[in-house]
Amino acid sequence: MIDQVPVSYYLLLGAILFAIGAGGVLIRRNTIVILMCVEMMMNAVNLTFIAFSRYLDSATGQIFVFMVMAVAAVEVAIGLALLVELNRHKETVNIDEFNSLKG
Amino acid sequence: MGQALFFIIAAVSVIAAFGVIFNRNVVHSALSLLVNFCALAVLYFMLNAQFLAVAQILVYAGAIVVLFVFVVMLLGAELGEKVSSWLTVQNAFLAALAVVLLTVIGTAVFEHYIHGAAGNFTPEAVQQYGQVQMIGAALFTDYVVPFQLVAVLLSVGIIGVVWLAQQQKKDQTQGELND
Repeated sequence: MIDQVPVSYYLLLGAILFAIGAGGVLIRRNTIVILMCVEMMMNAVNLTFIAFSRYLDSATGQIFVFMVMAVAAVEVAIGLALLVELNRHKETVNIDEFNSLKG
Repeated sequence: MGQALFFIIAAVSVIAAFGVIFNRNVVHSALSLLVNFCALAVLYFMLNAQFLAVAQILVYAGAIVVLFVFVVMLLGAELGEKVSSWLTVQNAFLAALAVVLLTVIGTAVFEHYIHGAAGNFTPEAVQQYGQVQMIGAALFTDYVVPFQLVAVLLSVGIIGVVWLAQQQKKDQTQGELND
C-alpha cells in the first residue's frame, strides 16, 4: 500500500507546502500568522525527511525530524514571548511597525 | 488505495495551508494549521513513522497550536489585514515556478545522489523490534550528542521565556512605582 506512492509525490507535496509557507511569510503582515507559516515550512521539511527515511529504510531521517520538532517548540515559545513583549511597547502585531530595535 | 488516500490527505493539507494564509481571522488560521498538522500526521503513519506521527499530534497540535491560540486571545489580535491585493497573476506564476523548481531539484538529487546502502529500518524490522525501541536505540547510541544538545536547547528556551516574562513583571512594578 505504501509503495504505491512514489517518493517524488511526497517531495512535490513538501515543496508545495514549503512554498505556501514561504509565500505566507512574505505576504502576511500579522506576526502571529508569520510564525504559523514558519511552522508550516518546518513541517514540509519534516515530511521530506520522513519520505527519504522510508525510501532508504534508514532511521536517520526520523531522528532529524525529532530534533526539528524540539527546535520548533523552542522557536515558537521564544517567538511568542518576544511578540507579547513587543505588543506591550507598540500595541500592535503588525510586523511593519516593529522597525526599531529600541522599541 | 494507497494512492487515493495519499491524494485525499495531500489535498486536505494543501487546502488547510492555504486556509492559514487567506483567513483574515487569526483564530481561523490557527485552526487551519491544526488541520494541516493532523493531515501530515496521517502521511507519517503511511510512511512507517508511527512514533513521529503521534509526536506530531502531541507537540504540534497539542502544544504549539494551543500556544498560538492562547497568545492570539491574550493580545486580542484576532483580525489581521486583507490579503486580496497580493493575489496577482504574476505572484501566482512565480509561486508555481518555485514549486516546480523545488520538485525538480528534489527528484534529481534523489535519483542521482541519494542511493546509499539500504538501512535496517525496514517495516519488517519495525514490526519485529518496535518503532520506539529502534528510534530510541539510534538516539542513545549514534545520535547521543545531538540529543544532549537538544536538551540544552530546551533548557535555554525555558530559561529565556521565563526571563522575558520576568522582565515584563519588573517593568510593571516600576511603572506602578512611577505612577
